[in-house]
Amino acid sequence: MAARIQLPAEARRGELIEVRLTIQHPMETGFRVDAYGTRVARNAIHSLVCRYNGVEVFRATLGTGIAANPYLRFFTRAVDSGELEVWWLDDDEVEASARATISVV
Amino acid sequence: MSSLLPFATRAFAQANAHVSTTDPLIVSFTKGASVMPGRVRLDLPKLADSGFSVPMTVSVDSPMTAGDHVKTILIVADKNPQRDVCWFYLGSRAGKAEVSSRIRLNGTQRVVAVAQLSDGTFWSDARDIEVREAACTEPG
Repeated sequence: MAARIQLPAEARRGELIEVRLTIQHPMETGFRVDAYGTRVARNAIHSLVCRYNGVEVFRATLGTGIAANPYLRFFTRAVDSGELEVWWLDDDEVEASARATISVV
Repeated sequence: MSSLLPFATRAFAQANAHVSTTDPLIVSFTKGASVMPGRVRLDLPKLADSGFSVPMTVSVDSPMTAGDHVKTILIVADKNPQRDVCWFYLGSRAGKAEVSSRIRLNGTQRVVAVAQLSDGTFWSDARDIEVREAACTEPG
């Protein structure tokens, strides 16, 4: 699953940083039928966690109410240089994660 | 009597103005606590041509300190087959209580945002949105 995290490369200590995340995922609702008339099974990302240097800063429980290729934008405060990791899990029990680094000056 | 009239007609914020106290989804979240309108701001367009992807921003007026922060935000769309669109769990590390996403909406409806603060109080906001092409309209 392709994903992209966008955040400023550099931030001052204590500054608010905006995290923008897009994940390539169909977020199947379970109500759609394919070209052959068979129902496409529900498959949506249901859990998503963002950790900053291992500490959880944001968590979301999503569902089929989220548009395909989910986009999320949230904030956190810059405390230390390091890594932001976003991890997610979908209904097919497929987990994936994306990382981005930030240097705090 | 006329001197009392300004008090009687003043628009007091009514508890549970945006939510139903008998709604199982709301009760599972609030555990019966009342939900006051205010402090939450839900931004949605007034009209969406397509319900498949509608930009949504929810923000809460909170200092986001260790002692006073937003814990949970719930977005409810009553006409959607799955009514709880998303739950956001924040904390003092979030720095700012603002989250954006893109949601699916199954038709013209009222969307409600409910936020739980660290002091245990619940606050809400609601927006009416007209959706021209509902999501989930494909035959099946």
